[in-house]
Amino acid sequence: MDASLLIIQTLNGVQLGLLLFLVASGLTLVFGILDFVNLAHAALYMVGAFICASLTYALGNFVLAVLLALPLTAVVGLVVERTVARPLYSRGHLDQVLATFGLILVFETLAHMIWGPAGMSVPLPDSLNGQTTLPGGIQIPTFRLVIIGAGLAAAGGLFWLVNYTRLGMLIRAGASNRTMVSALGINIQLLFSLVFALGAALAGLAGMLIAPITEASIGMGHSIIITAFVVIIVGGIGSMKGAFVAAILIGLIDTLGRSFIDDLFKLVMSSEAAENAAPAISAMLIYIIMAAVLAFRPQGLFPPKVR
Amino acid sequence: MTRQDWIAVIMLALLAVLPPLFIWTGQYFWMDLATRLVILAIAASSLNLVLGFGGLVSFGHAAFVGLGAYAVGIPAYHWLYGGMDAIAVTNGFTQFGLAIGVTAFFALITGMICLRTRGVYFIMITMAFAQMIYYGIVSIEEYGGDDGLVIDTRSEFPLIDLDDPLQLYGLCWVSLLVVVLFVRMIVRSRFGMVLQGGKGNEERMATLGYNVYAYQLVAYVISGAICGYAGALLGNFTTFISPEMMDWTRSGELMFMVILGGASTLAGPIIGATMFIVLEEVLSSWTVYWHLPFGLFLILVVLYIRGGLTGLLSGKKGEGE
Amino acid sequence: MTQILRVDGLNKSFGGITATDNLTLGVETGELHAIIGPNGAGKTTLIGQLSGLQFPDTGRITYKDRDITRLPAYRRAPLGIARSFQITSLVMEMSVIDNVTLALRAKQGHSFRFIRAVRKDKALRDGALALLDRVGLADKADRPTVALSHGEHRKMEIAIALGAKAELMLLDEPMAGLGAEESVQMVELLRSIKGRHSILLIEHDMDAVFALADRISVLVYGHIIATGTPDEIRANEAVQHAYLGEE
Repeated sequence: MDASLLIIQTLNGVQLGLLLFLVASGLTLVFGILDFVNLAHAALYMVGAFICASLTYALGNFVLAVLLALPLTAVVGLVVERTVARPLYSRGHLDQVLATFGLILVFETLAHMIWGPAGMSVPLPDSLNGQTTLPGGIQIPTFRLVIIGAGLAAAGGLFWLVNYTRLGMLIRAGASNRTMVSALGINIQLLFSLVFALGAALAGLAGMLIAPITEASIGMGHSIIITAFVVIIVGGIGSMKGAFVAAILIGLIDTLGRSFIDDLFKLVMSSEAAENAAPAISAMLIYIIMAAVLAFRPQGLFPPKVR
Repeated sequence: MTRQDWIAVIMLALLAVLPPLFIWTGQYFWMDLATRLVILAIAASSLNLVLGFGGLVSFGHAAFVGLGAYAVGIPAYHWLYGGMDAIAVTNGFTQFGLAIGVTAFFALITGMICLRTRGVYFIMITMAFAQMIYYGIVSIEEYGGDDGLVIDTRSEFPLIDLDDPLQLYGLCWVSLLVVVLFVRMIVRSRFGMVLQGGKGNEERMATLGYNVYAYQLVAYVISGAICGYAGALLGNFTTFISPEMMDWTRSGELMFMVILGGASTLAGPIIGATMFIVLEEVLSSWTVYWHLPFGLFLILVVLYIRGGLTGLLSGKKGEGE
Repeated sequence: MTQILRVDGLNKSFGGITATDNLTLGVETGELHAIIGPNGAGKTTLIGQLSGLQFPDTGRITYKDRDITRLPAYRRAPLGIARSFQITSLVMEMSVIDNVTLALRAKQGHSFRFIRAVRKDKALRDGALALLDRVGLADKADRPTVALSHGEHRKMEIAIALGAKAELMLLDEPMAGLGAEESVQMVELLRSIKGRHSILLIEHDMDAVFALADRISVLVYGHIIATGTPDEIRANEAVQHAYLGEE
């Protein structure tokens, strides 16, 4: 295993981790504050990607498209919150899971009707499309660095928002004590709507950032939502810090596992056995890690405080 | 016999009478639907044991179905194309035994971890483990990966020939009957009472001296094994086994059947599977975009059923009253 | 007299809040020992730790000379410890008698029995009916639990605790939410079982506590500030100051 490959894969892992964080942070915010399990988060991820793809063609500029698509995805999130999510806040998790499962079917079919069954590729401007040479002569696609930069910026912005703003203070207070916040005369419905829309925008952003690499497609949210679940289970449901640490951890483990696990296996078994076992094990690796974490810490790495 | 029992009897009787009529009148399409319905009803009945009677919201039962199907597909594949001599068989007892054994083992291992958690954690973790198996299978290129596995040979049993649609259907129907009776026996037994008590109030059961975890784990293993058996039937029915069978949306559909048909009732899963098949057929003959009305239907049902589905789940009388 | 239950230096906190603070307590065999204290004194957390649904951070709980501090709830019940719940926690979907037979069956070894339908067990049913008769609910045995009144639910709780044939009963506010007449009935019911079981009674209703208890401990901010006979407690200045004075 050579060093430059290791560096490239580490960067890829960080990139995946940041995308996972964008999806997981919205899920964990909505769950922590609203006590709402939102499977439709997967659909918002897809909606963000498709809106961004359409706008990229319409405007001819990917960056502008992202900036416009973000509020649009947030609006879609608001609509979901008003129509489906809000009546379900007081219901059991089973209701929430089934209704948002229905939402996924609705959104995916709508996407099918609007954008067609095939995926939609998203062209990048030339400035983002090339390769960048890192110190040490390692070549890496510029856009991957952009994803890392945008992901870090979003994560930083989120931490600032939650920890240093009035809205953030309400969010933290709302997570630990809902009745207290409403007793303070805060419009809790508005707060919930804002949190939901914020979550939608974050998921949408993740979809927009991945679309130029994988293209926007109908089932694109299916697998990332489960991985995001793994992230928040490992991190501790409702914990922002946990989501960040776990997202980076899972991103790195998944990416590095796929690249290097066969080499590791060859150290302890025959090379043929390693070649056979490695793909399956690396595909299942993050779930095995999740199981291991749960076996020792059923509440995740950073369990939320008792409410 | 309670009212619930009678509904189950009537449903089973209809399912016994109609398909032979389909065959005689040459309606093979309807015959296929009926077979799929019965197999789904078996899987839904097994999910109902943990979800309805045990109160455990498992969102990963499609993985058991998929594993059961691959337990038929993989031996058949090796029998056809060589390799792995130990399991290269078409013998139905071996294949079905493998399906039950593998899924029971998988349920035991994952159940030991999942059942340490509650509520939304449990939902997400069952989902995640199902996805783990999905990716595990996809990564094995020898068995077709994403594309799945076509097997040209069905399980071989003495006396019955599964290549004959009516005989295959017969096996499925008898299996459904046995599973329904089995679930009925379990929920009325001491074990079943403890399981249902744990759903109603876990702390109370613990202070009475019941180790609820152990009872739930056994129920989870039984449920997983029955689903694996249903998967083995499904593999024989489609002869095309793909990872898509264990996609988490399949698990969602199974939940749909149990909840809308009537959780913690015996007839519920059969009614739910029928509703699902009928909705799917009617809507998809109407429009290729049938998932749209289907999804809307699901949302509206959740929103407007009084007390929600969770209320339906707990408020409904357990069987036998 | 020997102590059936002994609690030494128990501590438990949630986040920054101390719910149990160096708590020491002994229950004599056969006595009815009441614990009183203002809201938020940590009564429910204490009973949670005694029944094994919560575990203390530090300290020791001894039952009949056996250390049970870390024993899970389902293993304490077979030793002879039963509890009732403050917030009624019956299995609402089941009938009244099924709730009681669950308690009886717990005494008969494991329930990994899959084949025989439980409702056919005559002996069990008779036993449960006898218990329901003792609390005055025999005529409602086959009603769904959810259909009974709050006062009746409280009586079911007692029947279930009795059904567990416990040597030590932990009763968490059995009078909570009862009307005047129901309270009188409940006091009579508790008086009728007093002496046959050791009882740790957590209760808000002062009249009931002073009428029933052999000894009373006063819990304030997770700590026992006084223990004594009803007369001693009535006369205790610290208690009057910390608790009774606020009434």
